[in-house]
Amino acid sequence: MVLDIPADRNVAPRSAVTESPLTRMVLIALALGFLLLFLVLPLLAVFVQAFAKGVDAYFAALALPDSLAAIKLTLLVAAIAVPCNLVFGVAAAWAIAKFEFKGKAFLITLVDLPFSVSPVISGLVYVLLFGSGSLLGPWLTSHGIQILFAVPGIVLATIFVTFPFIARELIPLMQDQGTADEEAALSLGATGWQTFWRVTLPNIRWGLLYGVLLCNARAMGEFGAVSVVSGHIRGLTNTMPLHVEILYNEYNFTGAFAVASLLALLALVTLIMKTLLELRYSRAGSLSTPH
Amino acid sequence: MDLSIRKVCKRFDGFNALDDVSLDIGSGELIALLGPSGSGKTTLLRLIAGLDLPSGGQIFFAGEDASRRSVQERNIGFVFQSYALFRHMTVLENVGFGLSVRRGPARVPAAEIRRRSLELLDLVQLSGLEKRYPHQLSGGQRQRVALARALAIEPSVLLLDEPFGALDAKVRRELRSWLRDLHDRTGHTTVFVTHDQEEALELADRVVVMSQGRIEQVGTPDEIYDRPVSPFVFSFIGESSSLPVRVEDGQVWFEDRPIGIPAGEVANGAATLYFRPHDVELLHGCGGCLAGTVVSSRRVAGARRIDLSMGAGDVIAEIEVPADHPSLAKGRIAFRPTRWRIFPARADAAPTTGSASSGAALPRLALTGS
Amino acid sequence: MTTAIATAGWRFRKPSVLPGFGLTLGFSIAYLSLIVLIPLAGVVWRSAELGWAQFWSIATDQRTLNALRMSFGGALVAAMVNVVFGTLVAWVLVRYRFPGKRIFDAMVDLPFALPTAVAGIALTSLYAPNGWIGSLLAPLGIKIAYTPLGVVMAMIFIGLPFVVRTVQPVMEEIDREVEEAAATLGARRLQTVRRVLLPGLAPAILTGFALAFARAVGEYGSVIFIAGNIPYVSEIAPLLIVIRLEEYNYAAATAVATVMLAISFLMLLVINLIQAWSRRRFGYGA
Repeated sequence: MVLDIPADRNVAPRSAVTESPLTRMVLIALALGFLLLFLVLPLLAVFVQAFAKGVDAYFAALALPDSLAAIKLTLLVAAIAVPCNLVFGVAAAWAIAKFEFKGKAFLITLVDLPFSVSPVISGLVYVLLFGSGSLLGPWLTSHGIQILFAVPGIVLATIFVTFPFIARELIPLMQDQGTADEEAALSLGATGWQTFWRVTLPNIRWGLLYGVLLCNARAMGEFGAVSVVSGHIRGLTNTMPLHVEILYNEYNFTGAFAVASLLALLALVTLIMKTLLELRYSRAGSLSTPH
Repeated sequence: MDLSIRKVCKRFDGFNALDDVSLDIGSGELIALLGPSGSGKTTLLRLIAGLDLPSGGQIFFAGEDASRRSVQERNIGFVFQSYALFRHMTVLENVGFGLSVRRGPARVPAAEIRRRSLELLDLVQLSGLEKRYPHQLSGGQRQRVALARALAIEPSVLLLDEPFGALDAKVRRELRSWLRDLHDRTGHTTVFVTHDQEEALELADRVVVMSQGRIEQVGTPDEIYDRPVSPFVFSFIGESSSLPVRVEDGQVWFEDRPIGIPAGEVANGAATLYFRPHDVELLHGCGGCLAGTVVSSRRVAGARRIDLSMGAGDVIAEIEVPADHPSLAKGRIAFRPTRWRIFPARADAAPTTGSASSGAALPRLALTGS
Repeated sequence: MTTAIATAGWRFRKPSVLPGFGLTLGFSIAYLSLIVLIPLAGVVWRSAELGWAQFWSIATDQRTLNALRMSFGGALVAAMVNVVFGTLVAWVLVRYRFPGKRIFDAMVDLPFALPTAVAGIALTSLYAPNGWIGSLLAPLGIKIAYTPLGVVMAMIFIGLPFVVRTVQPVMEEIDREVEEAAATLGARRLQTVRRVLLPGLAPAILTGFALAFARAVGEYGSVIFIAGNIPYVSEIAPLLIVIRLEEYNYAAATAVATVMLAISFLMLLVINLIQAWSRRRFGYGA
């Protein structure tokens, strides 16, 4: 038998560890207001500006040869940079997470290094390495190899800035999982490769996908580093973000925002997939902080 | 300060965590809330503290309705199962916290806070550790810091949630007698929650046995152990064997025969006989007793425990025999409980108590049954 | 292939039955060296070539100093704003239930995912004098775009997720019993928040601050559109590097970059020290 709650019981002291409803409302309003102002509004602005002159103008801007070239180049760069960092990420995570060795913490710090370097400096390092004043510069020129202000330079700069993403995602995940599964597989007679493909990889596939997603978003969206090494040759070395800049500086706002809207769409898709992955992932463990 | 709990209920999402619970606790008493997990004992403790609010009923502190007072106003000392120490504060700052948050006329000067905190650390035998941080302490030391912190505000009631739950067995036993000592010296009204019957029976003045959101029995450790009022209490406290029996005309029958036990007040019909494995006498031959085939036996300290398959069915009863008892070889053992309880099949009817040496004072029984 | 190392005087690694250590570690270190370490060392080397006097004259040039002040000063203000609002956002997301919570939670990562150039033109279009927000502020005489204030706005945008995502997991793990303990000891809610919760979160908040700060210092794409890039006023250090490069003044570009790298690595060190200190003293990090 349960007694009914007397009406005046509702004004009894509230639970010990929460705020009054009013405080709660004010805090929620402040936080959401901040998020709306700083995150939602800019995103909205991109799409509104892109379609400001109508749908036809939007698609016309995207169909320009320079825009198409920029989209192609961006896809190409990402298609090279992401697999490179994927191989590195898996290799580094295997060495770091599955083995104990001296200097491991230092190695992790080095892997993180590109995060703490300004994108502009990431580009600058390659200009200094391959530019006309460098040791390599004259040799490269005499052999007719063009790295700076060409696709190889853009790819290199992109690899640099997206370098840690996949490794960073896999290391904590694989550390948590330990080595018991692999040891079991080996004891059952599997070879090293079989163990990796059939035991390790299935265990890390969601984390891997997540890392690839973040790496790809950054690879397609990188601006500072690429801007330094690209030379801004229209139709040849302009990626989408660089193309946005050029159109914007030419006061072609519709064109700039149209290309920008594609990149914003990419960001939205990334966020949605990330949220879906987290839902799925939360059973196996949590995702680490992306950078 | 005395406490009175009147018809308290607590519902969580349609689930009755506490159902119509009433309990009176005298000033200075040491009370154990004992029950399996999910019995509502922690919920009751949290309602007393004001950490949760009852769905119905009232809680009185020294005769005053405290149901609507906030946690802060209740002035209770609460020791959490996880200790909940503030990990960024030193031991001394932890103990002094309750005094340092007082404002207005109740404000306590810093020097006084320090003096009293040190005094309490001395009381809980942690002098010299005041500059440590919680993570630098052992489990038992953290427990005592939590206790000192709760005592610092001079609480009207001391509430402890599974105070020894996270400690290893040896530290548990030490802290147990130490807590009893401390209680006797400080005289706080104390309520603690435990699922460990040994702890409850050894430590408490009175034990409140709870099950499924209700109080099954309230009594001294002797009453709880020797005169359980329900099948639940009998089987939850100590070791027990039970047999399905029948009451006919004042006699207890097991299957086709009376077993030589008077039914007392229990009405005719199906019933359950409860007895402790060590409260049996072994008999030679069987005219009006219980008998069974030995299924398995195992050595338990100085005695031997035997599982007997009883009667025609699959009923198993456990009894204790001397380690060198010869009847083991025979494969069949006859016995009769010397002390027992019979509960009618309808659990709410009054049970009857029996003892072969009825009238004689019941000796305090060893809890381990050996 | 690692046996030689493993049997050396001190053991380089603990023995393990798993294969592939030499291969993966060797590949990782080679790749890391080629892509990151050697190019970065190049900057230091080129900077060393400059000679101290030339380096010092470039580093202390008024335009360089102003650009560094804009980057570091702006980043400091932005990181402080992010500490306040980032912690608030994390609190609201962890503690309260409200419609659309999951969407807002996901949105926090937008600055991670949105290309910086897109963020830059979007913020500019909002805060320009004819933009949605700029036009509201213009009558009040407040200008955001093309001023140092605009730089700070962009830096707040890109730094926010660092604070939220550092503080949020730590907040989720706060033991409710700790707050309840404070309440039973008589602490009012505000006292509990101020004296128990915030100090417990301090290492995470500090780390989030340092991360947001470091990111904002080096930020380029989202800032240059809204900054107006007026030399000595709203010009940021990364932009100055780009300008010097376009002038083929590699020496000046290298010098500015070296100063920025030095300060960034100092920040990295500070972050690690905060964490190590916190773990040592309180037994938990961030």
